[in-house]
Amino acid sequence: MSTDTTLPVLKPANYASDQDVRWCPGCGDYSILAQMKKIMASLAIPQEQLVFISGIGCSSRFPYYMNTYGVHAIHGRAPAVATGLKSVRPDLSVWVITGDGDALSIGGNHLIHAIRRNLDINIVLFNNRIYGLTKGQYSPTSPLGQITKSTPMGAIDNPLHPLSIAIGCEATFVARTIDVNIKHLGETLRRAAEHRGTAFVEVYQNCPVFNDAAWDYATDRDSKSDSTIQLEHGKPLIFGKNRDRGIRLSGMDPEVVTLGKGITEDDLLFHDEQSPEPSLAYLLSRMRHPEFPEPIGVFRAVDRPRYEVLINEQVAHARKERGNGDLEALFRGGETWSVS
Amino acid sequence: MRDNDANSDSAKEESTATMATTTKSEKALLSIEGATVRFCGDSGDGMQLAGNQLTSTSALAGNDVATFPDFPAEIRAPRGTKAGVSGFQIHFASKEIFTPGDRVDALVAMNPAALSTNLADLKEHGILIVNKDAFESKGLAQAGYQENPIGDGSLEKYRLHAVEMTTMTRTAVEGLGLSVKEADRCRNFFAMGLVFWLYDRSLDPTLRYIDQKFGKRPGVAEANRRALKAGYHYGETVEGIATRFHVDPARLPPGTYRNVMGNTALALGMIAAAQLSNKRLFLGAYPITPASDILHELTRHKQFDVLTFQAEDEIAAVTAAIGASFAGEMGVTASSGPGIALKAEAMGLAVMTELPLLVINVQRGGPSTGLPTKTEQADLLQVMFGRNGECPLPVLAARSPADCFDAVQEAWRIAVRFMTPVVLLSDGYIANGSEPWRIPDPDGLRRIAVEHPAARDNGEPFMPYARDEQRLARPWAKPGTKGLMHRIGGLEKQDVTGNVSYDPDNHQRMVSIRAEKVARIAQDIPLQAVQGPDSGKLLVLSWGGTYGACATAVHQARAAGKSVAHCHLRYLNPFPRNLREILSNFDRILIPELNMGQLRKLIQAEYVIKAVGFPKVQGKPFSVIEVLEKIEELLS
Repeated sequence: MSTDTTLPVLKPANYASDQDVRWCPGCGDYSILAQMKKIMASLAIPQEQLVFISGIGCSSRFPYYMNTYGVHAIHGRAPAVATGLKSVRPDLSVWVITGDGDALSIGGNHLIHAIRRNLDINIVLFNNRIYGLTKGQYSPTSPLGQITKSTPMGAIDNPLHPLSIAIGCEATFVARTIDVNIKHLGETLRRAAEHRGTAFVEVYQNCPVFNDAAWDYATDRDSKSDSTIQLEHGKPLIFGKNRDRGIRLSGMDPEVVTLGKGITEDDLLFHDEQSPEPSLAYLLSRMRHPEFPEPIGVFRAVDRPRYEVLINEQVAHARKERGNGDLEALFRGGETWSVS
Repeated sequence: MRDNDANSDSAKEESTATMATTTKSEKALLSIEGATVRFCGDSGDGMQLAGNQLTSTSALAGNDVATFPDFPAEIRAPRGTKAGVSGFQIHFASKEIFTPGDRVDALVAMNPAALSTNLADLKEHGILIVNKDAFESKGLAQAGYQENPIGDGSLEKYRLHAVEMTTMTRTAVEGLGLSVKEADRCRNFFAMGLVFWLYDRSLDPTLRYIDQKFGKRPGVAEANRRALKAGYHYGETVEGIATRFHVDPARLPPGTYRNVMGNTALALGMIAAAQLSNKRLFLGAYPITPASDILHELTRHKQFDVLTFQAEDEIAAVTAAIGASFAGEMGVTASSGPGIALKAEAMGLAVMTELPLLVINVQRGGPSTGLPTKTEQADLLQVMFGRNGECPLPVLAARSPADCFDAVQEAWRIAVRFMTPVVLLSDGYIANGSEPWRIPDPDGLRRIAVEHPAARDNGEPFMPYARDEQRLARPWAKPGTKGLMHRIGGLEKQDVTGNVSYDPDNHQRMVSIRAEKVARIAQDIPLQAVQGPDSGKLLVLSWGGTYGACATAVHQARAAGKSVAHCHLRYLNPFPRNLREILSNFDRILIPELNMGQLRKLIQAEYVIKAVGFPKVQGKPFSVIEVLEKIEELLS
């Protein structure tokens, strides 16, 4: 680790590796890569302290394009690799880059366990609702009925919703952003980097080749104000081109209401990302287009003990209690006898 | 070991009583060279505890010991059934021994099911102690007995002692306020006490154990103490047991000893290896029989900078270990065959990324879930070849419980020296068996040198796949080091730069380099030794946990004038560089294995020679006599 007290000033270009980027033209991944380099340049983390870990899929090529340490691991296992790495080296800034297939199909088990352990890592899930690298099969986030190469009569598996899963695992930081919404994307990645604990970020990412326009409702200039809602901590949930509609709780369920005619902002649901109970965040994650506007922003940001801290504290505690470990004493543990 | 016929011999002596001395209880005390004793009973009867106490007591008495626990996969199979029988065999002797013994001199059976499943292993005229109280109609029926074998004459060829253990234990603990169930739980201590008397063992170690274990429950502690002493005194006073036996201390090499089980020795060896290489130790593990005790043991020693991670599955266990290795620390994963199958893809990643990683496979009976608590050596070809692509990695095997300590250090030394994952094979027999271990001086252990490239600021790109010319090892750059940023992964790597490459010639070159790197380990390991003549009619070639049976059988055959030598392999990939020459000096090669001939396949393919296989897949280790008879058959 660098012992310099002042960090060199780096530009986004300093974070680019010497490898040609090989995503398809127009892929949403380019935007995420650009914003990542940009926020890296602005974070006070030495470049050599950064490690990007990925699994398999289009998104998982990401580490090759970053001039940092990186592991392009095997399908679905990046959270587990990150767990070992971060446990022995809590000083490193560890990023897991994954996709909807990588994280939610083959790697679902590792994802939920990494989140529940709350290691101080950042997991960025590029959700394009399709398998891109294997050329167009449906993914765990593909909607019911989606026609793909492997579902010519339509997908019949009920889709998973990444944020519902993360919140179900009581993730301490949960956010959603969109590839083309670059300012929001950059800001969300920064919030993730600053969070102490597992930060889970879903990025709506367009695959122009196999699933083009999957997120159009959330990105089209005409529809996005009505089909998305910006979450702001402490503010009421208001959306719409004219900001005249909002989300109100009716019993346990959210409902869309129009402001005016006796309904004021005070009647609306106020967003509290710091609520210790994840139930409201979960409710937000259940709001789906077209019945509801889909929330964009930070759903949840709370503090909880972190795995890499706890596992190393146990070592420190054992050393305090028993000293630094003496092989002689270890070997002579239990009953011994001498032969002369 | 020599054989454990000592008791039969002494049985003859007993009748003439020439060696008998008089004890204070006026019973004869016969000196014998060694004995094999087995406790067996229901899996709730505490037989493992009884066996372990006799083991440590015998070890503390200076005997050489070897043990073989044998228990069912079910935690509590229905009480009294054959499926629920749990056994523990111990061989102790005044000479060096290598196996827990073939057939037993004394059998303690706590119920009819235990008797019916274990009696075949008791020698003729052997001592048979049964809990008479358990031989009632229900227990007899569960064991499939039409008639009570106590009293129907069927046990005449043994020295039967039918003891009312339940009754006497209950009487012994009377007044302590224990329930009947709690009182009955002390029966194993009664059985121990009787066996301790029979073999002239001190009660002190077990009394200390009781204090330590049950100190917080004085009632239970006192009950166990009383039961133990009641068993001992029963031996002293009862008519019908006229003779007890004494086994002198063994003449082992000088030093301080303790008894270790294989999994314990593995854990201790790993801690030593981490310290000797100045690394944090990170174990990724998922509970699996018979490897879980490695996790249990390591997690008790966090003060050695040991991190244990009980992962969500076997794949997370190995990939987390790879993460720790990438971080520059000691990444280890430990499992058994089914878990190793799940780790196969990740082991390939470690081969491709050329990271040091220790993969321990404590083998059990397969395929699939197989025989979880029984031993086998059938994962050799799995660890050699069970990955996609050309994916060679070094494979070593430990030969005995204590040997695990050395073998695991050697495995880690190879891993860091050659930048490669290494598989170390153990098995259920080694893992749960135990033997005396001469405690080494930590300062005398071999240092494990590790180099990490230093930080730099010259702007030159770091080449993660530039290699050491001799070993072909790539540099192990630690994240956090300035100027060494690099990316590795499972895609084929360009030679030197480590960039992704699909170039056909590069792939051919990299496949060859990875193979050559593993092959060159042969230059770094010791020459293979042979016990016995270095040429002749027959060579017994063995590996792993069959060491004791093979070494003892060859020793006995040679003592009987046969021309036979023994060669036991620790290194299975690559083979020692002189192995070809060794094999060429013998007319025939015999390979006993607890599989259908896996080493035999490797040897025949590598050296294009014929070898005689001796396969056994019964979930049990070889007995000495089996190997000896095979040797005699081949030499006749």
